[in-house]
Amino acid sequence: MKSLAVKNLKGRSVRTAVLMTLAALLSFTVLGGTLVVRSLDKGLVSLKARLGADVMVVPKEATMKKKFEDMILQGTTGYFYMDMSRAEEVMEREGVGQVSPQFFLASTSSSCCSIPVQLIGFEPETDFTVSPWIKRTYGGQLGFCDIVAGSDLNVFVGDKLSFYGVECTVAAKLEKTGTSYDTTVFASGETVKELIRSSLEKGMNDFADIDPERSVSCLMINAADGTSPEELVNDINIHVKKVKAYKTGDMIKGISDSLGGVSRMIGLLIAAVWVLGIVILSLAFTMSVNERRKEFAVLRVIGASRGSLAGLVLKEALLTCTLGSLAGAALGLLVLLPFNGFIEETLALPFLLPGVGSIAGFTAGAVILSVLSGAAAAAISALRVSRIDTGLILRGDN
Amino acid sequence: MELRAEKIYRDFIRESRSTNRFTAVKETSMLLAPGKLTVLMGRSGSGKTTLLNMLSGLLCPTGGSITADGQDLYAMSDKELSRFRNLHMGVIPQGQTAVHSLDVRENILLPFTFYGDVPDEKQAQELMERLDIAHLAAAMPSELSGGELRRMAIARALVRRPELIFADEPTGDLDDENTAEVFRVLKEYAAEGGSVLTVTHENDAKSYADVLLTMSAGTVSQEIV
Ligand SMILES: Nc1ncnc2c1ncn2[C@@H]1O[C@H](COP(=O)(O)OP(=O)(O)OP(=O)(O)O)[C@@H](O)[C@H]1O
Ligand SMILES: [Mg+2]
Repeated sequence: MKSLAVKNLKGRSVRTAVLMTLAALLSFTVLGGTLVVRSLDKGLVSLKARLGADVMVVPKEATMKKKFEDMILQGTTGYFYMDMSRAEEVMEREGVGQVSPQFFLASTSSSCCSIPVQLIGFEPETDFTVSPWIKRTYGGQLGFCDIVAGSDLNVFVGDKLSFYGVECTVAAKLEKTGTSYDTTVFASGETVKELIRSSLEKGMNDFADIDPERSVSCLMINAADGTSPEELVNDINIHVKKVKAYKTGDMIKGISDSLGGVSRMIGLLIAAVWVLGIVILSLAFTMSVNERRKEFAVLRVIGASRGSLAGLVLKEALLTCTLGSLAGAALGLLVLLPFNGFIEETLALPFLLPGVGSIAGFTAGAVILSVLSGAAAAAISALRVSRIDTGLILRGDN
Repeated sequence: MELRAEKIYRDFIRESRSTNRFTAVKETSMLLAPGKLTVLMGRSGSGKTTLLNMLSGLLCPTGGSITADGQDLYAMSDKELSRFRNLHMGVIPQGQTAVHSLDVRENILLPFTFYGDVPDEKQAQELMERLDIAHLAAAMPSELSGGELRRMAIARALVRRPELIFADEPTGDLDDENTAEVFRVLKEYAAEGGSVLTVTHENDAKSYADVLLTMSAGTVSQEIV
């Protein structure tokens, strides 16, 4: 009986191939779509965690041409400084809870530096945004001229990298975050200050007249209990001159909005393909059964029960859909896993693939969903076959 | 096995006619006994196929009952009746009845596959030789002529050696020589204890008949042979 189903499928190889392709398209879309949506969600969560503070304060000039926002959200490189006195003024505002300064520098691709990257220095004593990330892969204390590399940088632990003539050692690599962290190098504030000093000496810093010891690029601030980030941002922007405070929630609002848009579009696409797939599949099954009405009647004559005819139709459908769905899911993984970097760039949104376990779960889910859809599409045909009027069919056209 | 039809008749609803209820087979009783070849003749549209379908458990009569060795066919569940037909009835329907994805041998052995029975290859081979299609065993139905397909259907109906045989114009596409061979096969099958009913337009069939029935406008009458 099973071999009859297989032979029927082989006997009509073109139709079987078309049906399998449809099932494959179904599981491909469902799996690919969900994985992209999930990755975007995870990317956003990761980005929120990466920002890690309620409020960021930068010098006003850093807000020109969206320099700062692009650095955080798009991963472009850049640096800017404000005088320590300004930072202190901010820190003294009421409502400021946790606060930690950061020091930025960008390396260039010229002979002075091993790789062009964004460099971020943090103060280990006060930091609460970068350290949690580093702790995931590195338990130790970062020494002077130790650096931690983002996961997308092509360096390994123990590598020596030179920035503006200062040799640094890669002490750890971060795990993937799906954000601009993946192309950033972290070090202690002392290390980055040393690099800034060296870049100034070599005349390779855009700012010629700063004092590295008295310069801060950015303040990461959590609002104190009883103060909302909103109030704090307003307070700083009104009372402290030449700085700009950002609520991090607002910064990623644009991203989370466009992410919502992309997710909705993918959702619609999945729904459309799914509905269309079921309609076409059930049409195809109906046609395939109609075309073989006489054969089914013959099987009845030979002694097949109504139930076993329905079973035959379902078996054919399940076989086709299972093979097709597996192929579609495999193709989905083959496209998504190796090319997720490319997808991330194309979408220009934070994108972080779920873990292996979740991917396996989604794959199984997509295959099962598309097999069930195929079975549902075949159910009507199976029911019709089980009700054929053998006497009528066999009497008809010879 | 003895098949007994008791006052069976069959009505059809037809919208196109003025009287939309019409009786294709009028009330009739008959017996298919082991060892007998029953030949049923009659004009086209007289109700032969309708009668044969009722007797072979494929079409429920509007009234009356059909019993095989005392067992009421239409009191059985679909499953029971299907298995019963599979084991005890060989039906050669009117027209072409090949399963196109199977080759000739597989088509002939098909009755064994539904319930996982062991196929009787030897019997299949013998029948193919007898019906002169042994050389086509591995051919696909699409490569066969109408007459060859017909002989394949005959082999398929006989392969399980069922006690009851129903043949609806089994020689429709055959030449004289093959027609004679088919009737010889059916006659022999009856002689070995089978209860055989065949519908035919061939006048020659009369000479093989143990029982000769004719049908006219739904009425069955028995002729003297
Ligand atoms: N399912 C049906 N619905 C309506 N009318 C039917 C149906 N089946 C048979 N008939 C009618 O019953 C009559 C007998 O049909 P049947 O097929 O039994 O004839 P037959 O004797 O086998 O003819 P032929 O020699 O051409 O095969 C015909 O008039 C046919 O139109
Ligand atoms: Mg007929």
